[in-house]
Amino acid sequence: MSVAFNLNETFRDDFTYRNSPQAIRRFPLPFPEDRYMYSVNIEEHLAGPPGSVIEFPIDIDEHYVAECRERALVLAEEPLRFQALPHMMSAQWDCLELIMESLARDYPQHFSLVRQGSRDGDRWTWTNRPLGIHQQFTFGDPATLPQQPLDYITRQAQGDWVVMDQREGDLWAEAGMVTTQADWSLDFDLGMSFKEWHGPVPLAHEMGVFDRALKFLLDLRLNKPVRRLNWTMTINPRLDTSPENYYKWGPDRTTVTPQNAGDKVHLRVELQGLWRLPRSNGIVFSVRCYLISLHELVTIPKWARRVHRVLRDLHPALVDYKGLTRYRDAAVQYLAPFDDGAPTSPGTAPE
Amino acid sequence: MSHADTLAVRVVAAEQVTPQVKRFTLAPVEGGLLPAFSGGSHIIVVIRGANRVHRNPYSLMSSPASLEHYEIGVRRMEASRGGSHFMHDEVRVGSVLDIAHPVNLFALDKIARKHLLIAGGIGITPFLAHLADLRSGNVPYELHYAVPAPDQAPFCEELTEREAGRMRMYHRSLGDRIDFETLLSQQPLGTHLYVCGGPAIVKNAVDAARGCGWPDSHVHWEQFSAPPPGDAFDAYLAKSNLNVHVVPDQTLLESIEAAGVEVPYLCRGGVCGFCRTEVVAVEGELVHNDHYLSAEERASGKVIMPCVSRARCKKLVLNL
Repeated sequence: MSVAFNLNETFRDDFTYRNSPQAIRRFPLPFPEDRYMYSVNIEEHLAGPPGSVIEFPIDIDEHYVAECRERALVLAEEPLRFQALPHMMSAQWDCLELIMESLARDYPQHFSLVRQGSRDGDRWTWTNRPLGIHQQFTFGDPATLPQQPLDYITRQAQGDWVVMDQREGDLWAEAGMVTTQADWSLDFDLGMSFKEWHGPVPLAHEMGVFDRALKFLLDLRLNKPVRRLNWTMTINPRLDTSPENYYKWGPDRTTVTPQNAGDKVHLRVELQGLWRLPRSNGIVFSVRCYLISLHELVTIPKWARRVHRVLRDLHPALVDYKGLTRYRDAAVQYLAPFDDGAPTSPGTAPE
Repeated sequence: MSHADTLAVRVVAAEQVTPQVKRFTLAPVEGGLLPAFSGGSHIIVVIRGANRVHRNPYSLMSSPASLEHYEIGVRRMEASRGGSHFMHDEVRVGSVLDIAHPVNLFALDKIARKHLLIAGGIGITPFLAHLADLRSGNVPYELHYAVPAPDQAPFCEELTEREAGRMRMYHRSLGDRIDFETLLSQQPLGTHLYVCGGPAIVKNAVDAARGCGWPDSHVHWEQFSAPPPGDAFDAYLAKSNLNVHVVPDQTLLESIEAAGVEVPYLCRGGVCGFCRTEVVAVEGELVHNDHYLSAEERASGKVIMPCVSRARCKKLVLNL
């Protein structure tokens, strides 16, 4: 599949990020019905329809080049956005293999991977045409790459990547690349157990969501990845809404009016994928962020109705947790004229 | 585990290692490399015997760094239900087998300060893969390997060569036994214990670790029980409206599968909990052979692990 990249768009300062009509239609709306509450909404990460964000295990879209540039900017200012504890090296190689194999297989116009050599083909040649990268290295030997393996490959991938070690019947977040996050910090969470890093989430602990999710993930099998969607909202198409930079983006929340909400308020959807890693027996958690402005969203009439209803009726604890408190009303006011009260069809398809 | 998730492998070598143990080397029928795995993983081998299908778990004993083939070690079980006899007598170089993707229920702890490995007999197999990883790392480790007699010590020669100075053999025929209390009380803080073998060695090691005050999080064991045979019995699968007859040397899980009903499973050895099945009614006695259910669950008579457990009963109704 060939992708035409928006080479010059930005996720900061002048915020020139835009979605093409094709990108709008493939946007992964996370609301299959007109209201929202937590659930263990995990499903097998099977191939979806051609052109959808789940056609391939790891999605590359028109924002790829710009997102990689944004990641490099964040890392230049804050190198600790990538971290890996020493015992995670085999998991780092697992992730590099997963990403390179997926991209080379599913986007051969853009990426290629050649494995040579007598010892299980450990001499690899990686070509990333959109970013102009050509790299020969020895799989398993970190000295042959310019960065650590996870750092190296996730600089060339969209979305955040958190790698978990499995031991003591728990999962521990012990490596990751996190620059496109919805207000959480790898530096803060590194080394935490599954329930520790989910600590701030309201309601779900009491609902037993994390007990069930942890049990499910501990049994995650090779070759059987799973996915779920999560969502929040962000003012301006800003990928890096990190706690470290709250002083930069937090005040944006005070600038929303019903008049400018269409351009400023973005639905932020995370396509979260989970893979069992073969050599390390760890799990990698990918959090791929898709941003769409309300202005773009209302070009799909069904979505305008649905998102209006979801936001209007959202549980107060979720309004606060997702950080919508200051501008939810403005967004609902912006959306209301697009909701004629007609029923919406089930599912998330644009109609 | 869905039965469709298998890969076809060809036996490219079959070596009689001891009078009871054979090593099979498996390569992908389609060429190329096998899926990567971590030390301690097992595969399920689908064994198509004359009358029925066995699905037996075997630890991968080859190096995780070498994926051109997998190696498994198969012990001929005296009270075999047929699977291991079939592997020994019928499977030869050129035979094609179906295997499931590796699953790891016996991984090394990656932040251990030291690894203490204790193997009994054929329980050495998962450690062979672990040792391949440990040799290339820098965490100290020791292997203590107990066998009945010098001629019943599978893979002992190659181990002795590779693990000189880090390994001790114990031959029961020579009166040499592991002194667990002494061994476990002398380990540095941060050591993790791993034990794999028959029921006695696992129990002795785990009891000794508890007695010495080891935290459970530092004690790991794997004991795949071969499902013991028993009396024939019948089970009624309520949701499927099917009757299945379980003959003495067949497991309940196998007979359910033979009737075309799928039950999820991972280990087929009574440890992982995947095949846990609800008992709707039983007239008679459940024979629990698993290592998964709690004493309360067993006593309740409401749940059974059909991979290893059976019933002595007039009637058994399962929620399947």
